[in-house]
Amino acid sequence: MQQIFSFIIKNSNRLLFLLLLGISLSLAIQSHSFHRSKIISSANFLSGGVYERINSMEEYLHLKEQNDQLALENANLKSLLFKTKDSAEIPNLDSLKGVLPKDIIVSKVIHNSFNVYENFLTLNSGAKSGVKPDMGVINSLGIVGIIDNVSANYSTVISILNTKSQINAKIKNSDHFGTLNWDGKNTGFVQLIDVPRLASIKKGDTIVTGGQSVIFPENIGIGTIDKIFIPSDKNHYYTINVKLFNDMTNLGHVYIIKSENSEEIKNLENQGKNE
Amino acid sequence: MNSTILVNIFRFVLLLALQILVFNNMNFGGYISAFPYILFIILYPVNGNKANLLIASFFLGLIMDLFSNSGGVHATACVLLAHLRPYFFKFSFGLSYEYQTVKLNDVLTPERFTFILLAVSTHHITLFLLESFQITFILDVLLRTVLSALFTILTCIILIYLIKPNKR
Repeated sequence: MQQIFSFIIKNSNRLLFLLLLGISLSLAIQSHSFHRSKIISSANFLSGGVYERINSMEEYLHLKEQNDQLALENANLKSLLFKTKDSAEIPNLDSLKGVLPKDIIVSKVIHNSFNVYENFLTLNSGAKSGVKPDMGVINSLGIVGIIDNVSANYSTVISILNTKSQINAKIKNSDHFGTLNWDGKNTGFVQLIDVPRLASIKKGDTIVTGGQSVIFPENIGIGTIDKIFIPSDKNHYYTINVKLFNDMTNLGHVYIIKSENSEEIKNLENQGKNE
Repeated sequence: MNSTILVNIFRFVLLLALQILVFNNMNFGGYISAFPYILFIILYPVNGNKANLLIASFFLGLIMDLFSNSGGVHATACVLLAHLRPYFFKFSFGLSYEYQTVKLNDVLTPERFTFILLAVSTHHITLFLLESFQITFILDVLLRTVLSALFTILTCIILIYLIKPNKR
């Protein structure tokens, strides 16, 4: 017994090192798995609060850009509205939080990372505003990512610039779809893989979200085709380099989409699996 | 003794703030980023309590992870660096480093530079390897490590000169 104690006391530093290394290494490895640790994320009181303070100071520098972008979006929406029969009938607006709060949550990016392989954004709205994990995040130009962790006031988003992100996407005006992911190289481009070679595509075609995903509605813009090639290991499929509409290094206001049918679809799919 | 603890707590907070507010927003060409917050581990007193250093480094890394959504990547790199620190001292300053009082925050000598180089490279290679976690990125990781390590060393040396105590 005494020997055990003396061993522990003699090697206390080494044991402490091994313990701490074990904890941190398991956290690090866990962060790469699908079931990410829910503790270490920037959607917490401390880092969310700090990022919000920093953002409230920085946002003045981008006000002009933001205004231009919002005005452009307004103009686009107005032009849609004029095409409808009764342009005087404006949808029921919630003046405080923006448009139709039951479908879309308005939020703001308070922290953005784009320089590692697994990038995350932090938003300033959380469970209190009705944000739940696995909701889609878009802005006026195109998709941004998918909600990952949610705390009371903040949430984190798996950016499309994340090598682990997989989003269903298709070529506009056709039903040839593929999976959108990122090769970790350029922040302006993502890759659409597994597109069948039957698809007639050319450079400059638009890529939009596909209807197979329950997270995003169909036909939300992603980007345009920049390069088409056939990877050496997959002979029957194209890989497409997609130039993003969004500048992922400069994001301001975003919209979080509540998909009303996602629960029902998920339940249905799970039923199918169980039988 | 009391003042050393205060200085270290001050350094811990200051370097973390500097890292999160300034250096985390800096990125050149997608490859070069600086992590001068490890200066806390580098500048920790040579004969200071090792257990305290290990625990402090763990939390230093964990706070960085909290802010950058990276799981435990920074924590692992920091704990490893804190553990290997005495060996780096032995390598760069010779066997008798424990008897002479090695002061790092002073004029740059080859010994001090070797030590900083070893410490920064170890931290960065661990960090980037764990961050990518895929063997296909290995060349990318090495390039990132070399470029970022150079940049971090430069920032560290500038910071050492800046926060050097006036009194000798």
